[in-house]
Amino acid sequence: MSGFPGVLPLSIDDTVSEYFGPISDFIVSVVFYSVTILGADVSLIVLWLIGAAIFFTIWFGVPQIRHLPHSLNLVRGRFSKPEDAGEVSHFQALATAVSGTVGLGNIAGVAVAISLGGPGATFWMIVAGFFAMASKMAECTLGVMYRRRHADGSVSGGPMYYLRDGVAKVSGNARLGKFLAAFFAVCCIGGSLGGGNMFQANQATAQIVSVTGGADSPFADINWVIGLVFAVAVGAVIIGGIKSIARVTEKIVPFMAGIYVAACLIVIGGSIGQVPSAFGEIVSSAFSPASVGGGFLGVLMVGFQRAAFSNEAGIGSASIAHSAVKTEEPATEGFVAMLEPLIDTIIICTMTALTIVITGAWQDEEASELGGVALTSSAFESVIPWFPNVLALAVVLFAFSTMISWSYYGMKATGYLFGDSTTAEIVFKVIFCVFIVIGAALSLKPVIGFSDAMIFSMSIANVIGLYILAKTVRNEIRRHLGKVESGEFARVK
Amino acid sequence: MSELLVGVDRSDESRRAVEFATERARELGDSLVVVHVIPWSPFSFNTPEDNEQRPARRAAEIAAATTQVTEPMAAVAREVGVSVDTLVQHGDPVDTLIEIARSRGSAQIVLGRTGDGRVRRAVFGSIPSQVVQHASVPVTVVP
Repeated sequence: MSGFPGVLPLSIDDTVSEYFGPISDFIVSVVFYSVTILGADVSLIVLWLIGAAIFFTIWFGVPQIRHLPHSLNLVRGRFSKPEDAGEVSHFQALATAVSGTVGLGNIAGVAVAISLGGPGATFWMIVAGFFAMASKMAECTLGVMYRRRHADGSVSGGPMYYLRDGVAKVSGNARLGKFLAAFFAVCCIGGSLGGGNMFQANQATAQIVSVTGGADSPFADINWVIGLVFAVAVGAVIIGGIKSIARVTEKIVPFMAGIYVAACLIVIGGSIGQVPSAFGEIVSSAFSPASVGGGFLGVLMVGFQRAAFSNEAGIGSASIAHSAVKTEEPATEGFVAMLEPLIDTIIICTMTALTIVITGAWQDEEASELGGVALTSSAFESVIPWFPNVLALAVVLFAFSTMISWSYYGMKATGYLFGDSTTAEIVFKVIFCVFIVIGAALSLKPVIGFSDAMIFSMSIANVIGLYILAKTVRNEIRRHLGKVESGEFARVK
Repeated sequence: MSELLVGVDRSDESRRAVEFATERARELGDSLVVVHVIPWSPFSFNTPEDNEQRPARRAAEIAAATTQVTEPMAAVAREVGVSVDTLVQHGDPVDTLIEIARSRGSAQIVLGRTGDGRVRRAVFGSIPSQVVQHASVPVTVVP
């Protein structure tokens, strides 16, 4: 690869940036329309999401605390009937959804939050993660309630179906339901191309370039080549039908996640004495007006935004992944899905944040200027010098698995819009692969802007639907809890 | 009349186990249940597409195991007039066989001495040896 003269490839990366940058800026300005409050830019879409999360926390009576043991028992299979063996278990549905959300958002997204908002952004990420558990519960319960069983026996669901059928039933307005569902599906295709694809390709490429020499890397000016390799691998799975690649990745990713968490614990454990002061800094700078432009509101917005991007609660994507579970009680999957933001944001993101804060990497000007995965990588490198190489492998696998998951979400949305037309699905898959190359070739700023905008736009229709269906979903949850209390829905082991 | 549970796969050893159990059942006037367990864990990691297809695939796996494994084995017993039932279930082979025997009140479990490669046997022990160790009813292993 080092034999490439660099002139032509350099222009490809630059040309992509030149054309894509203004498009990205326009979309970002629309989706992230902000108002200035107390000197801080407050993005309405972020308020929209956090507002829904707080609403459902109150609406369901703080299920994050009251019903956590029930969630854990469901995931452990304590309520699963033996005759349902061989179907999709609660654990499998959760693991599939988590592997779609745990990815670069947890590694690079946290670094972006800290480089923009200081350590205090972590505090708001955790707070947002806590509330997000309730909105995730709402959307995944509805996903199962309104899922479809197809003629071939397969099962699929998601916001498209509860928006179309649920909203029509509750509001009596079929047009509104259809409109919200179609709007969601269009945004979901955008989200799958943005956060589920470009951001992943971009940051995985950045880490590969970083471990192969940074600015001196043979790939430094030909990022698109790495993107092309990714695109071929993803294309082999989603277009070529070589499912074994995806299956192997799904098996390896949990181990890589384990290695990642272990590495965080090594860094944290090595400086255990500094943990209280790191937490102290995270909490105090969360409220410190000096921490970032716009004061505490500015930090809060950064934290909330990155948490939402990472755990996707209120976005609706997880509802698609959870819908295949085997259960006669839709609320059970809501309780299980509640664990997703707990794992993703409260546990994994906090680990990344502590690693970055404890090592002081965020204060290193060069690293914090780079932001993203480079900052996380430099934090690990300061304690475990060889870890960036392992991180690169983990990042590539996380990115790949997230891209596979999101290609599925995008395909479901395409299928909904075009009546499961094979041609439309093929066109979507090809576009998906092209966007991998674009994501790899661009710099982080336009990619993260576009990715955020596309992912967050999914929440517009989804959250409207959640509010309309709030009573329906609460009744379903109460009905289920009544069955648990009466012993009708009892533990089998 | 009590029931003998025979755990089977496609192997010759399984066939010998069925023949042995059939003979015993005929002598004692017992019935048989021929069971095949499709290895499956609720704690595995799948792609979203796998999950979507799972209900259909599960049904296809059970149908294939019934026609290719349990029914041909059950035919051996039926030929000599022994009453026989068949069952295909997903799960951990050892735990599932023991649980089915417990829930049906089977008097005995009969297995062929087979199933696993050398490495797997060395690390985890074979399925028959684990059933022997953990079952709450007598187990006969047919060589």
